[in-house]
Amino acid sequence: MRRVAGLLALAAGPVLVLGVLFVLPVTGMVAQGFVVDGRFAPGAVLDVLARPRVHRVAWFTVWTSATATLLALGLGLPAAYALHRLALPGRAAVRAALLVPFVLPTVVVGVAFRQLLGEGGPLGFLGLDQTPAAIVCGLVFFNVAVVVRTVGVAWEALDPRPGQAAAALGASPWQVLRTVTLPSLRPAIVGAASVVFLFCATAFGIVHTLGGVRHATVETEIYLLTTTVFDLQAAAALSVLQIVVVVVLLALAARLRATPDPTAQRAVTPARAPRRADVPVVVATALVLAAMALPILTLVLGSLSVGEGWGLDNYRALGTAGDDRALLVPVTTALVTSLRTAVDATWMALLVGVLVSVVVTRRSHSVGERRVRSALDGFFMLPLGVSAVTLGFGFLITLDQPPLDLRDSPLLVPMAQALVALPLVVRTLTPVLGGIDDRQRQAAASLGASAWRTLLTVDLPVVWKPMLAAGGFAFAASLGEFGATSFLARDESPTLPVVIFRLIGHPGEMNYGMALAASVVLASATAVVMLAVERLRVPGVGAF
Amino acid sequence: MMHAPVRAALAASTAVLVLSGCSLAGGGEPSEPATSAGEGEGEGGGTVVLATHESFHLPKKLVRAFEEDSGYTLEVRAAGDAGTLATKLSLTADNPIADAAFGIDNTFASRPLGEGVFAPFAPTTAPPEEYALADGGDRLVPVDTASVCVNVDTAWFEQEGLEPPRTLDDLTDPAYADLLVVPGASTSSPGMAFFLATVAEHGDDWPDYWTDLLANGAKVVDGWEDAYYGDFTAASDNGTRPVVVSYDSSPAFTVSGDRSTTAALLDTCFRQVEYVGVLEGADNPAGAEALVDWLLSEEVQSALPESMYVYPVMPGATVPTDWADFAPQPTDPYEVAPEEIAANREQWLTEWTDVVSR
Amino acid sequence: MLGLRDVTVRYGDTPAVDQVSLDLAPGHVLAVLGPSGCGKSTLLRAVAGLEPLSGGSISWAGADLAGVPTHKRGFALMFQDGQLFAHLTVARNVAYALRLRRTPSARVAARVRELLALVGLSGYGDRLPGTLSGGERQRVALARALAVEPRLILLDEPLSALDATLRERLAGDLREILQKAGTTALLVTHDHEEAFALADRLAVMRSGRLVQDGAIDEVWRRPVDEETALFLGYARVLREDAARRVLAAAGLPGAPAVALRRSALVVDASGTLRAAVESARVTPEQVRLLVRADGIGVLDAVAPLGTRVSPGDEVTVRTDATRLSVLPVAAHP
Repeated sequence: MRRVAGLLALAAGPVLVLGVLFVLPVTGMVAQGFVVDGRFAPGAVLDVLARPRVHRVAWFTVWTSATATLLALGLGLPAAYALHRLALPGRAAVRAALLVPFVLPTVVVGVAFRQLLGEGGPLGFLGLDQTPAAIVCGLVFFNVAVVVRTVGVAWEALDPRPGQAAAALGASPWQVLRTVTLPSLRPAIVGAASVVFLFCATAFGIVHTLGGVRHATVETEIYLLTTTVFDLQAAAALSVLQIVVVVVLLALAARLRATPDPTAQRAVTPARAPRRADVPVVVATALVLAAMALPILTLVLGSLSVGEGWGLDNYRALGTAGDDRALLVPVTTALVTSLRTAVDATWMALLVGVLVSVVVTRRSHSVGERRVRSALDGFFMLPLGVSAVTLGFGFLITLDQPPLDLRDSPLLVPMAQALVALPLVVRTLTPVLGGIDDRQRQAAASLGASAWRTLLTVDLPVVWKPMLAAGGFAFAASLGEFGATSFLARDESPTLPVVIFRLIGHPGEMNYGMALAASVVLASATAVVMLAVERLRVPGVGAF
Repeated sequence: MMHAPVRAALAASTAVLVLSGCSLAGGGEPSEPATSAGEGEGEGGGTVVLATHESFHLPKKLVRAFEEDSGYTLEVRAAGDAGTLATKLSLTADNPIADAAFGIDNTFASRPLGEGVFAPFAPTTAPPEEYALADGGDRLVPVDTASVCVNVDTAWFEQEGLEPPRTLDDLTDPAYADLLVVPGASTSSPGMAFFLATVAEHGDDWPDYWTDLLANGAKVVDGWEDAYYGDFTAASDNGTRPVVVSYDSSPAFTVSGDRSTTAALLDTCFRQVEYVGVLEGADNPAGAEALVDWLLSEEVQSALPESMYVYPVMPGATVPTDWADFAPQPTDPYEVAPEEIAANREQWLTEWTDVVSR
Repeated sequence: MLGLRDVTVRYGDTPAVDQVSLDLAPGHVLAVLGPSGCGKSTLLRAVAGLEPLSGGSISWAGADLAGVPTHKRGFALMFQDGQLFAHLTVARNVAYALRLRRTPSARVAARVRELLALVGLSGYGDRLPGTLSGGERQRVALARALAVEPRLILLDEPLSALDATLRERLAGDLREILQKAGTTALLVTHDHEEAFALADRLAVMRSGRLVQDGAIDEVWRRPVDEETALFLGYARVLREDAARRVLAAAGLPGAPAVALRRSALVVDASGTLRAAVESARVTPEQVRLLVRADGIGVLDAVAPLGTRVSPGDEVTVRTDATRLSVLPVAAHP
């Protein structure tokens, strides 16, 4: 009883935060659709679900997301192996660079992709512009990094000896992969797949930009229904559908993702020199990298192109407010705002994330307790899978009364970003905390350490580096966050992605070049942060 | 067991707060306008909050002058597009997010008006009658106007020795096959405007027109920036299409030497008018009214073209020479009544999406 | 038959295995004995094809194995801790290699039964590795390794993870199973008891180099140098004068160095050496003594159970010539 009470007390803080900042707004917005003229009328919402268009949209979302997830896995797994198991030159830098797409504003990536795939672009002959294939390509571009990281880190920690035993028993490398390696990696692969699927299914900008108007997903449809058509019932129906699917998916993933064996040894295998047998994997990785680099290269080239020639003019202009003063503040000021916002979002996400991770990973003493813990684990993943539009409008209509009048708080933006970063933090910290053998804590306690001292001497030494790494992820995710930020950011203090979006939306040759230059700056800032994280990362643990 | 992590959290948060000297919370309030000199001076006082869309922008100098003259501190909350703004205002009608709202246009006006978002109000100097809304003219005050017109790359047509199109119907002419790119009606405000122009021209037969347009190779993209920067020959290195849906003012931005390389087709325009209004239940209605008057002042009106790429509505305002020379306004644009738009928007968009996805 | 010629494996600049040459005839069990870090495990992994060679060659029946990947060598590898596949049942683990070869399932089932019986684990087929004791896991690992009748079985300290009693029992079983199956085996270990219990041939490795190899009793009786002698369980090495005195007492010609086992000196009235008892300790089999002999120093000695001696007593000790070994002079470190 005392344990459960303790668990609840510990969980109360994060649950309250998520309740106020997530459940309340989403419920408030969804309720707008269910309550018509002051009466509860769910009928209209259910009718919406019978519309053929809703079926089409839902099906399109599911199949593009599933395809993109499978492709991201297919491309990401070889790269995960090559970048985490083989001693390739410069792999730390490559791993950091791989995360850049993950945080680039979708607007910018969309433009870069369209320059590549568009009718006049170098890859225009493929005829992919505005096809579902283009959407899938874009989704894969954003999410390969998630697979490489999550699975790579697990692969790094994988004991190579069972594989060698299998090889000695006559298993070919392919058979070793199929019968030993992949089953051992299953938790990581399932975890990565579920996160990628959520990211894909809730992608907004990339679907719009690359799919044109012909293709709608649940997320874009919610936006359209809410802001353009003002059909709140239909929007609520789709939001509920989205939440149900996400919950089911998370439950499935939790079932497939066995809890890490608390006594499992972390055997970090030192990366070894690539051999001839690794050539196909290395080549595949190089191809993936090249494909990922192409849109970014387009951006960089675009940012350096000035009129007929090349130059740094676009970068020099970042200190100004753009052609025809397109901006209220210079890009450099926006970068500072972005960095400050990211600091806030990071500490918020870390604070809540650490608490959640501790709660979720403490050993359960009963089935009920374990259920509570795994339910909490899933609960904090929810923000990944729910429409930013629903959440954004929900903020406005539910957090409008004291003491929760947050509409005007300058901390609203970092709060929203922290909410997005929270699942990344939790996913990074739980494997580490879960990997600490509980007997170590018991040993410390038996030697006379208080609970606080145990935390300090057993947990903290193991967890501080992953905590910094998680902070890095949160920081980078905050730097690149656009959806919620553009909705909430105040005009006088826009973040860099908001400014980039603004520059791109204003005519003027220089503005476009500046937008590209600012994107390169944002990407570089992200890469630097991720590189720092790389240096701090404990090999073999921590992934989102 | 249970209090230790709480203490850990407290310790961690303290550490973090110390570190966050560079955070938003620790670093004071950078977004507050620098001036406080105006406080207490003039006839008013306190803060006036303006809700608007992300394209709102006025020179700092003018804002400072307003604050000094009126004694109010102006706080601008700009986010999202016009549709987002309309939704925000409609959802928060009971507890408004600001004192005044700018940026509701004639395509979105009827929804917030229907929700009772705006309070009746008449500005000191009335703008010309031609921009006023038939329904809600007593609440929403026109500030600026911009027409969405088909633009052509005149240089491209000269080079090809082809006469550019002139009307909406020309666009279905096989001579202009595969030359047009338009932003989507469901995803972009100018896209919606262009769609409304076709509705005004063809009435209920618009689906046939759009079928012909698409059969003639029209390309529909997500947003204006995709169309203009991604596909338009005059603005994109990789562009392949010399006909694009853009604004009447766009030719002023493609001036090269003493001529513009593009032109707006003035017979294809739909006029968008942006309005400002005082919110019902505003904390500072007097401030909001002063704000509206300021937006109609000659200084602000004359600053609109360079700040927001729109034409002023007040007759006394001046426009830049490039605009006067190269970006004439349409004299007889297409019109669709806001009520009609509101009544049909959903059905139109559904049908339109079906037509373009076919 | 397995042949190693000048096999060298380097990690960076340091050779882990340095020009090792060895031969192993079919049906024999060779133990490579050496302290931890001497390169014996690397040697085993090189034979398995898990470590690329920096020099030399490994051959089977005269055919060079360079370029033959691990899974095509037909050698089975058994790790120290078994390395059972945790996600497969015992039966599935044992059947792993058979399934790879697409053996019909009826034959697989029969073979698994047979193997589990061989290692004394009949009826364990449906258990998961996590539910087994250390000894049981090693038996399963052995059954798994034997399933496809490998040409050579490679054993990496197969018993060292087990406790003493279990180790002794399993050692006997293992030897019997290997003999019954007629399997050729290469075993690496740091424990000479394990080597003696399982192998008929012995190779001693130190710092990556092979220092001695031969039939197990040969090596055991004639260690090449002091370090080897001590590693093989000799208790003490005497030099010069002390060595000559002990050898003389055993009736042997003098030599510069001699290695003594603990039981080389026996308290016996017929002996020729006089010594003073320093300490005495009773074990289940004999009484172990430390004695001080004139001109020699402190030595180990044993006495039959029931002998009553206490510190300070004067005793006579006999020298057992079969329990000492004259060391070659050149091997002096």
